[in-house]
Amino acid sequence: MLKKIFTWGLKKSLWVYHAGASACNNCDIEILDLLTPKFDVERFGIVLVGSPRHADVLLVTGVANRQTAPRLKNLYDQVPNPKVVIAIGSCACSAHMFRDSYNYVKPIDEIIPVDIYLPGCPPKPEAMIDAVVKLLGKIK
Amino acid sequence: MFDLLRLMFAFIIMPGFLFTAVVGLLATWVDRKVTARVQYRQGPPWFQPFADLAKLLGKETIVPEGAAKAVFLGAPLIGLAGATLVSTIIWMVNFSHGVTFIGDLIVVLYLLTLPSLAIIFGGSASRNPLSAIGASREMKLILAYELPFILAVFTVVLRTGSIMFGNILGYQLANGMMIQSCSGLIAFLVALIVVQAKLGVVPFDIPEAEQEIAAGALLEYSGPALAVYKLSRAMMYFILPVLLITLFMGGIDLSFWGGIAWFIIKYVIILTLIILIKNTNPRLRTDQAVRFFWGPVTALAAIGFILAMVGW
Repeated sequence: MLKKIFTWGLKKSLWVYHAGASACNNCDIEILDLLTPKFDVERFGIVLVGSPRHADVLLVTGVANRQTAPRLKNLYDQVPNPKVVIAIGSCACSAHMFRDSYNYVKPIDEIIPVDIYLPGCPPKPEAMIDAVVKLLGKIK
Repeated sequence: MFDLLRLMFAFIIMPGFLFTAVVGLLATWVDRKVTARVQYRQGPPWFQPFADLAKLLGKETIVPEGAAKAVFLGAPLIGLAGATLVSTIIWMVNFSHGVTFIGDLIVVLYLLTLPSLAIIFGGSASRNPLSAIGASREMKLILAYELPFILAVFTVVLRTGSIMFGNILGYQLANGMMIQSCSGLIAFLVALIVVQAKLGVVPFDIPEAEQEIAAGALLEYSGPALAVYKLSRAMMYFILPVLLITLFMGGIDLSFWGGIAWFIIKYVIILTLIILIKNTNPRLRTDQAVRFFWGPVTALAAIGFILAMVGW
């Protein structure tokens, strides 16, 4: 019963934290677009929070390099359970064209567990809303 | 025994914890909805604050390494207890004017600082530099707003000649609302600005300042501990306007249905004023906020106090 109420709460109120792992800013700007009044994701209870301790969802953008990879791992550990990770953009999903770069370490999903991959360079805000809807179906 | 049960009922259910929490959460929904409408958005559904709370209660609480664990986890409860007690005292007096004791106004003034003190304790105990900055900003804000707030409240005390809520309500029942007099109106305006700071909303959300210091004093909080902070914040959204109504607008008249409707209208007016001030102002810097409260606001409160002395 309590678990049911909690799951309902989690589905209705996802607080997102934006973890930029050295992205080119393109995906970051699309995320900011998503949070503007035009798309109004607060309708679904999605709010941007300033601290990873408050977050339920980690939005990861960019390719993890030598500087950001350990910090991303650290950031993931700071988010309280239960948590989900969405990799936004081709870079976060597959390292894209930075695969052969000298400071590329690992794909994001080998550093932290990724729940949803959202390719695109950058993905549209509509695609992000679609990703969140699929995420809601996954939460049990 | 029966008295004890009745007191527990008053504290936990009817005017105390449960009632205030539910109405307060609805008030935060009104806040978010009106904010959304001001920005030409749709806004969250009415159960949004309840969903947030349910979610936070089910999440993990992380105590940061090296934090003072007892203070870190105890501070939110202190704030919640303070908010509940204030709500119980004010509502019991409003239900029947006889349930008052000497100096209950003073007790309420002290108890109202407990939620702010809880934020200071929690922020200082969490061993995070940004939380420490948030806690110190909250301290400065308290120092800034308490002086005009007490002047405004004592304008009412001067006019009614009593420090008991029962007598203040009785005076307003006989002589009309406090806000109808010149000094009462000035004191009400001062108190309204102070309530803005006590709630910690824009333009006085300096201790939280999401864009500068993440979430300030609440930065390290997660799960149920954060939920308790959110809940006491929501309860303040209900209690502080009710305090203003009790002091300046004649409280609530339960003798007929129109009295309750009239009370709701007064509450909605004050809540809307708070939300509109919040949505049309930028955040002040710490020094600007202190200068604002110790300068123009205190001067205004002093003018109100002097007017009350000459009997206007």
